[in-house]
Amino acid sequence: MTEEMKHPLSDYLRMDRLPHIWCAGCGLGIILHSYVEAIQELSMDLDKIVTVSGIGCAGRASGYVNTDAFHTTHGRALPFATGISISRPDLKTVVISGDGDLFAIGGNHLIHAARRNVDMLVICSNNFNYGMTGAQYGPTTPLNTRTPTSPYGSIENPFNLVALVASSGATMVSRWTVYHVYHLKNAIKKGLQKKGFSFIEVISPCTTGFGRLNKQTPIEMMRQLRDNTKIMKVHPMEATIDPSTEIIIGDFVDVRKPTYGEILRELEAKAR
Amino acid sequence: MANRVLTGTRFVHGDWACAEGAISAGCGYYAAYPITPATEIAERIAQRFPVLGGKFIQFEDEIGAIASVIGASFSGLKAMTATSGPGVSLMLENIGLAVMTEAPCVIVNVMRGGPSTGQPTMGAQGDVMQCRWGMHGDVETIALAPQSVQEMYDLTVEAFNLSEAYRTPVFLLSDANIGHLYERLTIPREEELTLVDRKRPTLPPSEYLPYRADESLVPPMASFGDGYRFYSTGLTHDEKGYPDMSVETQDKLVRRLCDKIRRNTDKITMVETLMTDDCEVLVVAYGIAARSAATAVKQARERGLKAGLLRLVSLWPFPDKLLEKMAEDAKAVIVAEMNYGQLVREVERAVKPKPVRFLPKLGENPHTPGEILEAIRRIDA
Repeated sequence: MTEEMKHPLSDYLRMDRLPHIWCAGCGLGIILHSYVEAIQELSMDLDKIVTVSGIGCAGRASGYVNTDAFHTTHGRALPFATGISISRPDLKTVVISGDGDLFAIGGNHLIHAARRNVDMLVICSNNFNYGMTGAQYGPTTPLNTRTPTSPYGSIENPFNLVALVASSGATMVSRWTVYHVYHLKNAIKKGLQKKGFSFIEVISPCTTGFGRLNKQTPIEMMRQLRDNTKIMKVHPMEATIDPSTEIIIGDFVDVRKPTYGEILRELEAKAR
Repeated sequence: MANRVLTGTRFVHGDWACAEGAISAGCGYYAAYPITPATEIAERIAQRFPVLGGKFIQFEDEIGAIASVIGASFSGLKAMTATSGPGVSLMLENIGLAVMTEAPCVIVNVMRGGPSTGQPTMGAQGDVMQCRWGMHGDVETIALAPQSVQEMYDLTVEAFNLSEAYRTPVFLLSDANIGHLYERLTIPREEELTLVDRKRPTLPPSEYLPYRADESLVPPMASFGDGYRFYSTGLTHDEKGYPDMSVETQDKLVRRLCDKIRRNTDKITMVETLMTDDCEVLVVAYGIAARSAATAVKQARERGLKAGLLRLVSLWPFPDKLLEKMAEDAKAVIVAEMNYGQLVREVERAVKPKPVRFLPKLGENPHTPGEILEAIRRIDA
């Protein structure tokens, strides 16, 4: 490959792992692109970043990034990342995973990692279903949605991820979509520089699963992210989300609190 | 700065000794969820770690604890968790991850009566098969079984050494009786300790393949932040660490993961024998039950009965050949363990067709020496 043909982000990706496994129209490629572009624009040292993921389509993201990276078990990306963040405070620990991984099977770890204010950035791709296993309903699926495991419509109330994470103690909370690439990249840049538990929800279409089953084309799904979103500076509890009518997006929380690691180091200094 | 190794002789309990064993071994990360009868290990660690710079965190559950231990291990620290049977049940999926990604770590199981919530404060040896076969897929495991407070210390150090040498999780299978037992513990001088550290890569990052092993079958291990930028996954992976679903890769990987332990069974195996040279009745026991067995064997000899004791200090990998050889000249084998039949199956398999008499024991108390003596007497009669 000549120098001119080299992709501007090729140093940031494991080129020998590409093409990725994601479907046409899926938003995960945009999330991955935004992540590595943010790293590039901040001129961060790739040796000092660890990318961790759980299981599912989003869980594959860690395998494409040219940093130290680990693909954990389902739901356990956050405790794994906590182990790194506490052991190596000099590294930036980043988790990229899906709504099912982080809020269903891993939900308990999420609220506790936020409560402890462990220094890490969590990028959560929310596609409103379990994509990899075939679009079953999950903790973010809107009420009445038909999925293979809710053929008569889902009868469960979905989580509002930003409200949950903010109330658990996260010090940075944002929601963007893969349509809002500029805002998304900026939020990731902010999260990469932030000390503390930072959370970015990224609404991302699952075209093969949620879209196909609900008779939406990939273009329609992307249009919805443009037309049904409203950028607002509100309290996370007011950042409502209903993909078919209105999704409030924006940067909702950005405060500074001592991180778990900082408090631990203070305690160590006192104990000595 | 406080001393890391608390050299000297003390009267302490087993859980305390285990915590100090971990600290002596160089453990730098400990994560756990409180559970009887292992909580005292966390309490001791919580007291000591801040002074030493070790990282202690109490997790929201055992699953989080073990996942974070693996994260810390890949961050370059020697890492440990301690729990009891119910906690291990929750950890098993991630212990499998540690096996698959080859994360050195130590898992202490202070066993209590089961199944389920069982007898939280009472000792048992019911999790011997759990640590061997609890994970899905083909695995080999290493497990050590202390019989005293002193061994809670010594074998915790050894568990770290084995985990670092073989890049695999190692179980310390204790029980409530030993965890809560007070006895004399002698901690050696720091320079008397033999400590093993994982093999580090010698190749530059551009040539490093995280899962390429030499004839030892154990690949050198880089840590996060070292500049190697490796990727590791619980999926079946090639030498680069990349997912590969081919039959060949699965075959090669699983064989290597198992063989790195199987082929070293003789090296890993630790046993202690008592009057086995000419024994006609071979008693096999481990952990607290072996103490009664030792007394029983001595009493048998006083009565002119040719009994001997084989105490298994390591339970896994199971020393088939050793058992076969030890039982060669015996009339029969007696297995005494605090469960309703676990390791006895391995013994039966190894000494076949030699008759094996099993002495189960359920509910807190180990066998009395009298019970084991009676079994020896009956075989001899």
